[in-house]
Amino acid sequence: MELSLQTRTVADNTVLEVGGEIDVYTAPRLRERLLELIAEGERRLLVDLAGVEFLDSTGLGVLVGVQRLLGAQGGHLGLVCRQERILKVFRITGLDRFFDMHFSVEEAAAAISDDDMASPDGEEPGSRAGPTAEDAPEAPGS
Amino acid sequence: MPTVRLGFSPAPAHVRTARLVAVAVARRAGVPEGMLDEVRLAVGEACSRAVALHRLYGLVDLVEVEMTDDVRFEVRVLDRAPGETRLANGALPDPLALVGAVPDRPEVGEGAPFPDETVAVGVGLALLAGLVEDVEVGPADEAGVGTVVRMSWRVTV
Repeated sequence: MELSLQTRTVADNTVLEVGGEIDVYTAPRLRERLLELIAEGERRLLVDLAGVEFLDSTGLGVLVGVQRLLGAQGGHLGLVCRQERILKVFRITGLDRFFDMHFSVEEAAAAISDDDMASPDGEEPGSRAGPTAEDAPEAPGS
Repeated sequence: MPTVRLGFSPAPAHVRTARLVAVAVARRAGVPEGMLDEVRLAVGEACSRAVALHRLYGLVDLVEVEMTDDVRFEVRVLDRAPGETRLANGALPDPLALVGAVPDRPEVGEGAPFPDETVAVGVGLALLAGLVEDVEVGPADEAGVGTVVRMSWRVTV
């Protein structure tokens, strides 16, 4: 299935709904869209992977790059994912500890308060997982 | 003798085709249904790696995929790139270390470096190793040109 990308807004967060397959062929389109949103000034991004059927290392690379970019600018990237086959990819690579991961958009939006935003001086992105793991024990990867 | 042999020009669009073929052949060979996702991801990673290497070295040679249906379902993905020995040395990059090595302040804008590709290469190898119980990477031929990623899965009769 081809990649589909749609944006909506939930509680001041820009949600990018991704559907289909993220691989070496489609990942550049995901990267372009995310960079576009950042260039437009979006700083609170949620990437909703609920409709994703396939995710490989190229897709992970894009998400890592966007996370670093946003983190350096005082922004925040949250991921929404609940399919075991996709969660497994994060777990095997250990990147479930790097990303702020949630089961639903609502849960992710509620977990991100203004106080939670990284400082522009570059808080370690890895620390973003901290509050999530404590507040929501059922969060992916915990 | 391979049951199915596939060759494709090193373009990202063809990696999906290789995944689809691999899953179809694996299913027919008797790989348990629950392991087909693993086959899909592993073959995709091996083919992405081969495509990336061919593009890196400017090679137009086909990436080759051989699938053998025997006591186990075996897949061999061959590239023709010189000097790629990272996995052959047994040294696997740690994804989190790679992520840490990415610059903290990547610049935004046209032509600015974006760190995803270096991360993806290392993460791809880690994924392969973490996913597949039986996987090895070695030289594709005696001349040492190219590498072969060989993976296998059990089949039920």
